[in-house]
Amino acid sequence: MIPYLLDKVWVIPALMVVSFATILFFGKRLGTRATSGIGITFVAICFLLSLVVAGQWVDRVNHPPEVPGEATTEVQPTGAEGEAMVAVTAAPGPGSGETASAGTEQAASPAQGAESESVAPVVTSVPWFTWGSIEFDAGTLVDGLTAMMLVTVTLISLLVHIYSTEYLRGDVRYTHYYAFLSLFTASMLFYVVSSNTLQMLVGWELVGLCSFALIGHWWEEKKNSDAALKAFLTNRVGDVGLILGVIITFFAASGFGERPSFGILHLNEYALSPGANTTLLLVGCLCLFAGVTSKSGQFPLHTWLPDAMAGPTPVSALIHAATMVVAGVYLIARLFPAFWTGLAIGSSSMHYVALIGGVTTIIGGALAFVQFDIKKVLAYSTISQLGYMVMALGVGAWTAGVFHLFTHAIFKACLFLGAGSVSHAAHHTFDMRQMGGLRKYMKTTHATFVIATLALVGIFPFAGFWSKDEILAGANAGQESAYTLMLIMGLITAFMTAAYMGRAYWMTFRGEYRGHGTPHESPRVMTGPLVVLAALACVIGFLNFPKSFFGLKLPESATIRFEHYVEPTFAFPPISHASFTPWIAVLSTILGIAGLFVAYAYYARNLGPRGLTSRNRLAHGGYTFLENKYYLDHLYTDVIAGSVKGPLARGSDWFNQHVLDGIVNGTASMFRRLSGVVYRGIDQFVIDGLVDGSGTVSQDSGQFLRRFQTGRVQQYGALLFAGATVLAGVFVFVLR
Amino acid sequence: MYVNQFLFLGAILFCIGVYGVLARRNGVMILMSVEIMLNAVNINLVAFGAMWHAGDIANMSGQVFALFVIAIAAAEVSVGLAIVLMIYRNRQSIDVSELDLMKG
Amino acid sequence: MLALLVAQNIAFYVIAALMVFGAIRVVTCTNLVHAALWLVLVLSGMAAQYILLAAEFVAVTQVLVYIGAIVVLFLFGIMLTRAGTGLDGGLDNPRPAKITAGVIGVGLLGVLGYALWDGWKDQEFGPIAVQRTAQVSDSIFSTFLIPFWVISVLLLVALIGAIVLVRRD
Repeated sequence: MIPYLLDKVWVIPALMVVSFATILFFGKRLGTRATSGIGITFVAICFLLSLVVAGQWVDRVNHPPEVPGEATTEVQPTGAEGEAMVAVTAAPGPGSGETASAGTEQAASPAQGAESESVAPVVTSVPWFTWGSIEFDAGTLVDGLTAMMLVTVTLISLLVHIYSTEYLRGDVRYTHYYAFLSLFTASMLFYVVSSNTLQMLVGWELVGLCSFALIGHWWEEKKNSDAALKAFLTNRVGDVGLILGVIITFFAASGFGERPSFGILHLNEYALSPGANTTLLLVGCLCLFAGVTSKSGQFPLHTWLPDAMAGPTPVSALIHAATMVVAGVYLIARLFPAFWTGLAIGSSSMHYVALIGGVTTIIGGALAFVQFDIKKVLAYSTISQLGYMVMALGVGAWTAGVFHLFTHAIFKACLFLGAGSVSHAAHHTFDMRQMGGLRKYMKTTHATFVIATLALVGIFPFAGFWSKDEILAGANAGQESAYTLMLIMGLITAFMTAAYMGRAYWMTFRGEYRGHGTPHESPRVMTGPLVVLAALACVIGFLNFPKSFFGLKLPESATIRFEHYVEPTFAFPPISHASFTPWIAVLSTILGIAGLFVAYAYYARNLGPRGLTSRNRLAHGGYTFLENKYYLDHLYTDVIAGSVKGPLARGSDWFNQHVLDGIVNGTASMFRRLSGVVYRGIDQFVIDGLVDGSGTVSQDSGQFLRRFQTGRVQQYGALLFAGATVLAGVFVFVLR
Repeated sequence: MYVNQFLFLGAILFCIGVYGVLARRNGVMILMSVEIMLNAVNINLVAFGAMWHAGDIANMSGQVFALFVIAIAAAEVSVGLAIVLMIYRNRQSIDVSELDLMKG
Repeated sequence: MLALLVAQNIAFYVIAALMVFGAIRVVTCTNLVHAALWLVLVLSGMAAQYILLAAEFVAVTQVLVYIGAIVVLFLFGIMLTRAGTGLDGGLDNPRPAKITAGVIGVGLLGVLGYALWDGWKDQEFGPIAVQRTAQVSDSIFSTFLIPFWVISVLLLVALIGAIVLVRRD
C-alpha cells in the first residue's frame, strides 16, 4: 500500500535538495549526461510522489477522516444533505500535530454551505526556535492547493529538465544550470508546502535567488547579468513589503489562539474570527501585496520580467511563466481569508488588489504589441495573465484565479518552450523580424504553438477558455457585483491578447522566411515536452467543467472537480461562486476571434493603416511611450535610484578621500616625519656621534699624547723624575 | 753626628744630579751627573748601614752594598761612554737633544 | 769624646759644603774638562765622608775606582768626542728645560727633605766601630756571595759589551 504521504510531504522538496547537492558536488565529474540524468530522475520521482499526494488528497476529500470521539467535535445537523460538519484533527503521523480546533470556526463562519464538508488540511510541525517564551514551529501544510501546486511545479520542471538536455547541449555551465534547476524546484516545492509565513518567506527568497542565478546563466554578456540584477533588486523592493506584511499579520494574529504563531492556519482562522482587526489586516495585506507586486509582475514592479528573458528559454518557461511568478498569486490564495477580511473583498467596494490586477492586464497587453522579440511578447503576455489571476483573487473568485494559474502554467510553458524550439532551429535568434514561414519547416512546433495560442486566447475547448471565462464571470458577478470595471478591463485584455498573439504567430510562422539560418525541426527531446503540454492544454480545461454549460448538465461527480478538490473548505471565507455566464463566454470568444482576425488582416493581408506611427504625431507619441515601457525603467533607474545614488556616492567619495585617505596619508606622513627625526636626531646625531666621537677622541688624544714622544731622552727623564717626585709626595704627604 | 746630616747631603747631591741629567745637553755631562746621583745613593747606604749596625762589626750590609754600587757604576760608565763614542762616530756630535729618532 | 764629635761635625760640614759646591759646578760649568775636575772634588769629598762613617774600605775603593778609573774614563771620553779644541757651544739645554729641571730638582729635594726630616730627626749614630777589611771580605764572600758573582758577570758583560759596541769592522 502506498504510505500516507500527506504528512510526509517534506520528502518531496528534500529529494530535490539531494538532487541539487549531488549535481553540485559530483556533476562535473560524472559528465553532462549523468548530470541531466540525475536531475531528471529526481524530478520524475518527485512528480510521481506529487501525483500520489494529489491522489491521497482526493481520497481524503472523498472520505474525510472521522475524529476519534473528541469533545471538540461539533456535529451540527445541516440542511438538505444532512451531512455532518466534521471537525477533524490532524492525521496520525510523527511529531506533534497542530490541532485544528475547528469548533469555534464552525460557529464563526456563517452560511458555510450545506454541502461543504470541512476537510482540514494536513499539518505537521516540528519546533524551530524559541523566542522568549514563545516557541515557533516549522512544518508542512497539505491541502488541495498544495497538491495542485506540487503537481504543476514538478510536471513543468520535469518537462523543462528534459527539454534543457538538448537546448543547453554543449553549454559552458551545464552542471551549474542543472544544479540550480534542482535547487529552484526544491525551493518552490518548499515554498508551496510551508505551513507558516516565515517558511514561505524563506522559500520566496530562495526562488528569487535561483531566478537570479538562472537569468544570469550566460553572465559573460553584461546585459544578462544586468537583467539578473534587475530581477533580483526589483524583487527586493517588493520583499520589503513582504517582510513587513509577515510581521504585521503576525502581530495582528498574536492575540488569537493558544499562542502567537506565524502559522497560515492560525492567521486564516484569526482573520475569519469575529474579533479580527480589519485595519491591521488591511495594512498587513497591502504590505504583503507589495511583495506580490514585485514577484508576480504587477504594475508598477513588473519591469524586471521582460528583461528576465535574457536567461535561457527553459528557465523562462519554468520560472517566469509557470512557477516562480505565480508565487505571489499563491501567497494571496493561501492567505485569502486575511485578504478577504482586510480588503473587504466580500463587500461592494472596489479595492487596491483588484484594481492593480486589472491595470496590469491592460498594461502588459499593450506593451506586447511593440515587441519584436518573441520571448518579450510572451513575457508581457505573462504579466497580463498574472494580472488576470490577481484580479480574479481580488474580486473574490478564488477558484477562477487558481484554476487560471494552473492552466496558464501549462500553455504558457508550452509557448515558451515553443519559442525556444523556434530559436533553436532558426539560427538562435528570437527576433521575429528574422523569422517567418516556419510553418513549413517545424510542423510539430507549429502545431503545439497554435494549440497553446488558442488556449491563451481562450477559444473553446482549450484550457484558457474555461479559466478566463470563470474569471470574467467572477468579475461580473463579483461579490455583490462590485467589479464591473474589472470585467471591462478583462474583456479589453482578452481582445488584446488575441491580437498580439496573432501578430506573434503570423510574424513567426507565416509568410516567407526572413532570416539567415536554415530552419529545421527541433529534435524529439525538445518537441516531446511541447506535445505533452499541448495535449494537456487541450484537456485540462474540462477539470473544472461548470455545473451547467449552455444547458448541458453533467453528473455532479464530473463537474467542477478542480474547485471541489482544490478550494479549501477549512478556515475559508464564504465566497460566492459565480455560475457559468453564457453571454460572457460568448462575448469573450467573439473578442478573441476578433483579435485574431485583426492580426490576420494586418499581417497576412496587409490591410489596415501602415506607417501610422510615422505619419501621425499622436500615434507616434503613443508608440514611443509604449516602446519605452512607459518610461518606468527610466523613472526607477535614473530618477529614484539616481537621486539617492548620486549624493550617496559623492558623500562616500568625500569620506573616502578626506577621512579614510586622510587618516592613512596622515599616518604615513607622520611616520615619515618621525622616522626623519629618528634618523637625524638619534641615528645621525647620537649614535653616529658616539661612534665617530670615539674615533675622533682616540685620534685627537693620540695626536695630543704624541707630542710627549719627542724621542729625546731628557724629556723622558724629566717626566720620569717629575712623576716620581709626585708619587713620592703622595706617599709621604698623603698616605702617611 | 746626626744621621740626618748624611742623609741630607745625599738628598742634595741627588737633586743636583737630577738637575744635571735634565739640564745638560752633552752626553758625557749627563753621565757625570748620573755619577753624582749614584754617589748620593752610596752615602745614603753607608749612613744607614752605620745607623743600623753601629756596634756590630760582623754585619756590614751597607758598605757591601755600596761596593756593589760602585762596581755597577763603573760598568755603566764604561758602556755609556762606549755608546757616546758610537754616537759621536755616527753623528759627529753628542748633543742629546738631536737624538730624536724615536720621535712620534 | 766630645772633641772628636765636634771635630767630626766640623769636618763633615766643611767637606759637605765643598762637595755641594763642586756638584753645582759640575752641572753648571761650561767647560767639559773643568766639569770633570770638579767631579773629582765631589768624589774625593765623598771618600772623606766614608771615612767619617768608618767605612774605610769603601772610601779607598771609591778613590781607586771612581777617581782613578771612572774620571779617567770620562776624560778619555771627552777627549775622543771633541771636534777640535775649545769649548763646545751650549752644553746646556735651553732655558725652559733648565727651569723645568730646576723645578723638578727642587721639588724632589723638598719631598726628600721632608721625608728625611720627618723620619729621622734627632736620630744619632751609636758608637761606630771601625771596620776591618777582612770583615768586609768575609761578608762579601759569605753572605753576599751570589750578588758578588752577579756583579762579576755584570762587569764581564759590560766589558764585552763596550768592546763590541765600539768595534770598527
